Amino acid sequence: MQVTSSIREPLITGGKTIRDVSEDISRQVEGKPTKLWWGAMMISLTLLAFGFYCLCTLLWEGVGVWGLNKTVGWAWDITNFVWWVGIGHAGTLISAILLLFRQKWRMSINRAAEAMTIFAVICAATFPFAHMGRLWLGFYWVFPLPNTWGSLWANFNSPLLWDVFAISTYFSVSLVFWYMGLIPDFAVIRDRAVRQGHKLRANIYNALSFGWDGAARTWSRYESVALILAGLSTPLVLSVHTIVSMDFATSVVPGWHATIFPPYFVAGAIFSGFAMVLTLLIITRKVFKLEDYITIYHIELMNIVIIITGSIVGIAYITEFFIAWYGQVPAEQYAFFNRMQGPYWWAYWSMMTCNVISPQLFWFKKIRTNIVATFILSIIVNIGMWFERFVIIVTSIHRDYVPSSWSMFHPTMYDMGEYVFTFGLFFSAFLLFAKFFPVINMAEVKSIIKSSSEKKH
Amino acid sequence: MDSNRNFVVGIFEDEDVLLHAVEHTREKGLKIHEVYSPFPVHGLDEALGYKRSRLPIAAFLFGMTGTSLALLMQIWMLGYDWPMIIGGKNYASLPPFIPVTFEMTVLLAAFGMVGTFFIASDMKPYKWPRQFDIRSTDDKHVMAIDLATNKMSKEEISALLKSQGASEVNEKNF
Repeated sequence: MQVTSSIREPLITGGKTIRDVSEDISRQVEGKPTKLWWGAMMISLTLLAFGFYCLCTLLWEGVGVWGLNKTVGWAWDITNFVWWVGIGHAGTLISAILLLFRQKWRMSINRAAEAMTIFAVICAATFPFAHMGRLWLGFYWVFPLPNTWGSLWANFNSPLLWDVFAISTYFSVSLVFWYMGLIPDFAVIRDRAVRQGHKLRANIYNALSFGWDGAARTWSRYESVALILAGLSTPLVLSVHTIVSMDFATSVVPGWHATIFPPYFVAGAIFSGFAMVLTLLIITRKVFKLEDYITIYHIELMNIVIIITGSIVGIAYITEFFIAWYGQVPAEQYAFFNRMQGPYWWAYWSMMTCNVISPQLFWFKKIRTNIVATFILSIIVNIGMWFERFVIIVTSIHRDYVPSSWSMFHPTMYDMGEYVFTFGLFFSAFLLFAKFFPVINMAEVKSIIKSSSEKKH
Repeated sequence: MDSNRNFVVGIFEDEDVLLHAVEHTREKGLKIHEVYSPFPVHGLDEALGYKRSRLPIAAFLFGMTGTSLALLMQIWMLGYDWPMIIGGKNYASLPPFIPVTFEMTVLLAAFGMVGTFFIASDMKPYKWPRQFDIRSTDDKHVMAIDLATNKMSKEEISALLKSQGASEVNEKNF
């Protein structure tokens, strides 16, 4: 028996019935795309085309077209990589960790958040591949494949190789998790297509749903698969950014060589991931008229996650500084002094303002339940998180142990072009997803209609 | 599946009514062929007398396979096939192998379990399921009772389902 709590706010508003859920969510898959969708798609494809030109130039000419120099060998590429991987953390966190904690509010947002995760990880992966310059050899360098140099195997002692395994596993498992959730919903669209007489659509969505029948026995197995996948994904999510942080933390570069990096990076990843989920969902709920499913209450709860993770990130910044001073290592002290007061002071202070100060505004209930304020702050948070990675990466290496080799990093059009490429890729993929796949998990939302939906008065 | 079987199909609107109906129907000695729902109904598998799924065991075995394969691969590659001193450590030093081992464990467990799920549930992209009522993916719970496996007559079963709160009772022939 499910019991309605009178204390909790309803998760679904507007007195929706189970039938309305199928209707509201399937409609946008069945209808023709709107003018707005086409407009957004054209912009995304333009970005993608420009970025693709920059990427092809890079592959043709070599990595030299980027603004990297002998001192700063990692800059925008790895900044963008870490930024995208970080964004890719919210989806699986929402669907896996919140499932284990039995948080029902995940149900309206997990589908879109997981889609975002998958696309963000694809965007992230383009950077290391582009940085390898010779894409076609990349697989031999990163995967332990037999080769004609010996075989000379990949070095399993390197965190960069752990990263390959972590990110490819994270991508594959997130994809499976997301797809498993989609299966019953594809069946809903299939059966609606049968009733509407769309044979082709019915066949396509039946194939996508693997011939789902909704039998109690299948549901029972399905539920145990979901639970175990959530259990597997939870440590997986935490492992991914931990390993990303080890790319830096296992080095001996001042500013990178810190033991707090793993938890600090994981918190930052969740922080930026939730910000991106908010940015996307605030637009999606408006465009597809899903205000009854993704309510202000959902937005408020996500903003609370942002306060928590944002504060953890703030404490991590302060801890880093304290330890740099307290540790009494001159190189370490200089690295941090240089961050604050050196030539990249503007990046540092942008990071501090966007990541530490701005999320604290969410302590005010008026702000965290305001859609416009949330939207603006979610973008500010992601700008701040981009600066965080830029500060950690570039300011730590642009002034190394040999002052004669100190230099600055100046991005070229191709550095920026690759970033633009990933934006084009991300938004086109998300638009395709929003058009052809149900953006809200119908089966899960239906299961809470009785307990957590606002009743008609 | 053998052809030409007759089913009595009860349609239920509410999951709690359905749960009671399932329990009551089984107490009366009726065998339920299967129940189809638009969403997972908690407690339905126990009410129908289904055993707990053994998929977690499959996941564990696949996971252990991943662990062993990853460890064997790394120890063999860096310890025996092409030994190299990296960072002054032993050829096959265990701690740096743990991240890859963990990832491979998760990867194999997840894919193995999902693959097993598809095989166990006989799900394939080109297969159309048997549907007793097409509304069972929308908003109705559908209880199918096979006449061949039950002694009661069609009319008796219909009356029983109606008394248990079925909103309609239909017949279906496959």
